[in-house]
Amino acid sequence: MTDLKIRGILILGFSILFGMVPGKISAQQDIALPENDQCIICHKEMEFLPEDFSANDVHLTAGLSCAGCHGGNPKKEEMEEAMSEKAGFVGVPSKQEIPQFCGKCHSDIKFMREFQPRIPTDQVEQYYTSVHGIKLKKGDNKVADCTSCHTAHSILSAKDSRSTVYPLNVPETCKHCHSDAQYMEPYHIPTDQYQKYAESVHGKLLLEENDTGAPACNDCHGNHGAIPPGVASISHVCGTCHVNNLQYFSKTKMAREFEELQIHACEACHGNHRVMDATDNMVGTGEKAFCIECHEKGDAGYKEAELIHSELENVVAVYDSAKTLQNKVQRIGMDDADINYLLQESHQSLIQARTLVHTFDHEKVGDKTKEGIMKAEDAILLANKEVKDYKVRRLGFSVATMFITILVIALFFKIRQIEK
Amino acid sequence: MAMKRRRFLDILLGAGLLGWLGSVLYPLISFLKPPPIPKANVNSIKAGVASQFPINSGQIIKFGRKPVILIKMESGDFRAFSAICTHLDCIVQYRKDLKQIWCACHNGHYDLRGINIAGPPPRPLDEYKVNIVNDEIIVSRPEQAG
Amino acid sequence: MSQIIKKSYQWVDDRFHLTPLIEFMRHKKVPVHKHSIWYYMGGVALFLFIIQVVTGILLLLYYQSGVDSGYESVRFLMTKVNFGWLIRSIHSWSANLFIFFIFVHMFSTFFTKAFRKPRELTWLSGFVLLLLAMGFGFSGYLLPWNELAFFATKVGTDIAGAVPLIGDAIKVVLRGGEDVTGATLSRFYAFHVALIPGIFTVILGLHLLFIQRQGMHEPDYFKNLPQEKKKTIPFFPNFILRDALLWLIVLNILLYLAVFFPWELGNKADPFSSAPQGIRPEWYFMFMFQTLKFLPAHILFIEGEVFGVLFFTVVAIVWLLVPFWELKFKGDKKARPLKIIGIVVILYIIALTALGYIL
Repeated sequence: MTDLKIRGILILGFSILFGMVPGKISAQQDIALPENDQCIICHKEMEFLPEDFSANDVHLTAGLSCAGCHGGNPKKEEMEEAMSEKAGFVGVPSKQEIPQFCGKCHSDIKFMREFQPRIPTDQVEQYYTSVHGIKLKKGDNKVADCTSCHTAHSILSAKDSRSTVYPLNVPETCKHCHSDAQYMEPYHIPTDQYQKYAESVHGKLLLEENDTGAPACNDCHGNHGAIPPGVASISHVCGTCHVNNLQYFSKTKMAREFEELQIHACEACHGNHRVMDATDNMVGTGEKAFCIECHEKGDAGYKEAELIHSELENVVAVYDSAKTLQNKVQRIGMDDADINYLLQESHQSLIQARTLVHTFDHEKVGDKTKEGIMKAEDAILLANKEVKDYKVRRLGFSVATMFITILVIALFFKIRQIEK
Repeated sequence: MAMKRRRFLDILLGAGLLGWLGSVLYPLISFLKPPPIPKANVNSIKAGVASQFPINSGQIIKFGRKPVILIKMESGDFRAFSAICTHLDCIVQYRKDLKQIWCACHNGHYDLRGINIAGPPPRPLDEYKVNIVNDEIIVSRPEQAG
Repeated sequence: MSQIIKKSYQWVDDRFHLTPLIEFMRHKKVPVHKHSIWYYMGGVALFLFIIQVVTGILLLLYYQSGVDSGYESVRFLMTKVNFGWLIRSIHSWSANLFIFFIFVHMFSTFFTKAFRKPRELTWLSGFVLLLLAMGFGFSGYLLPWNELAFFATKVGTDIAGAVPLIGDAIKVVLRGGEDVTGATLSRFYAFHVALIPGIFTVILGLHLLFIQRQGMHEPDYFKNLPQEKKKTIPFFPNFILRDALLWLIVLNILLYLAVFFPWELGNKADPFSSAPQGIRPEWYFMFMFQTLKFLPAHILFIEGEVFGVLFFTVVAIVWLLVPFWELKFKGDKKARPLKIIGIVVILYIIALTALGYIL
């Protein structure tokens, strides 16, 4: 254990002992700053606090104030004493030093487990395997270091919705560099990832609907060991959520061929950042289909693609006509609740059939579409019955009116007769 | 001549009256016959024979207009939950291997208390009450508050 | 066949001495003149009441009151029960036609001054029947427990609560609590199927008894005709047959409305959601509702709403007592104040009802 660390612990210990820990973390904005911390008092007076200084910072609220990272003696008022090397002051670390600076605590499980028993302590190790880490070691000062994403003095837990690394905020954080074309110029990689992502299904869900179930950058790229997924790993990455698609796909001949040809599995058809809602036209032999990018008329794959597409077309056609009929039933004011239930089931089969496309086996897809067609046809039967009932009611009315009219006419003449 | 007309009128009146009565009584009597599903508000449904339901399995049943997943656990106890995933409304299923409720759409997992334990689902599944009466499974709505 | 009828009649007559009554009925005559068409309006209202009772009892077989079951059982009636849609739509349409014809009947007796001696009690009982009919409408409207009904009841009982002094008590008793809840539904159900029908039947019985005993009112010019010139028709069978004719036509109209304009169910009531736009009461309350909306927040020292409620109460009492103060105007033929009052009231009702829907 280093000298600095011992001091750090001692200071922390004293802080806690002397009640300097602002344990009263109010739920509101005004968090009490440690009262007797001379670093903060002095720097605040001089208006020389770091730009990103926040009273909410997780280290600060846990009692680890300036001295805890930068060293020095927070009880001394005089700068020479407070910020002396003898007191362990290390000043501001250079960019190259930052990972180890944070790592002196965060890579030591024996230290960290006192604060969070289950916290991982491999961040720095992971970081040096990442593109950012590798380049930093080589002397590149433009890449991201710990503070680039976590900030230095306003660090918040990733579970805190105000944090720069809270899932909903992650794309914005990565965007700072990766969407800055000028900044990224020397690296010759695209800078349109955020833009593409924002148009995608995942992006819309996360950025517009605030659905934390949708993937952010780190869900596919990783946190500290961030690297663009390699060829083999793309399907695994997508497969963490899209389980069935992965399972079906991995058993196919195509998966093996793709791997041999170094084609990026899911990405080949679905893209990476700009993943849009899949449409039935993506499979088949039509203009927008992906299959024909490799397959030519006459080969087995071409035929299979055609068959799969037509299976889907069939079930969609029946489903659509059932839906139209349902709308009609609704419009004429008849009951469509049971029809709705059947259509839900049919839609479920449709979703499953579309997933089964990834087996590239038209028979498997066909089995499912058959189910879907059956349910939709049942719905059509029901809808037709409702429409028929609607017509029967009007017929019944005409019959009743007819009887009433006969009776009315007969009565009329009877009255006339009586009154003569 | 007048007599014939009178008789015709009387017959017309009689026939009209009979026809009219028929057209009134037919719907009324039909109305009195209860429809096949006699219960209006679905507060509970019968879901089959308990002893014949396979252990460690689940089934989607129709509760009124909503799908419900009925599960028989290894212990022999029954549980029932809303089968609509709280993420994006897909229909969930029971996984024998994991002994959990699973949503195939985006790999959401729920434990056997209906609590969302992994994946995107943001909320647990609503639980329904299951009672076994004379070996018959009865699934009913949970007690409403207030 | 006729032997059996004669024997049965004899058996009953021996015990209850019906002959004088039957003779009286047989000789009843109904005047025929240019305004005798109005004589049929009361009968139409009676017919519609009978329709309500019959369809109401049928609905009772399937309706279940309750915050969930109220809506669901009506839905069940509309979609699954054989001809349930027909019975329910008839019941809803007939309710409205019922109240409409009561208004027509009331105004026709008003303009022909049929309320004068000896028919004061007929008028009083009739007005009470109108109020009871509106009570029927108000309580029945809530039973499907849909959005519109829930909020209309809330607003309506709020207004009832505006009565000074006893208003709050009335409101709480009506609602079965501070707010409109399942308790309100239970109460309204009891009012609608037990309390009001009971009272209504008794008063209707009296009303009909009075009419039968006293016969039809004759307008002045008819009364002043010499005996030979007074054209009449026998009540039985002529008037009855004509009544039946009219009732059949009304029935047909009802059927037409039920089939081509089925009554909506709407959305289930959710007490926690905000009131939907455009809640309004049924048309027979609209003119009062719209008047209240037009009143300013304060009139002198009285709150606008309270003023409105008091105003209508006073008007109702004055209207109720018309047989007693109308006599003051008897002499003045030129001014015809009663006619003017009647026309003003009708125009007011029509205008404000229309405004209620346009604005």
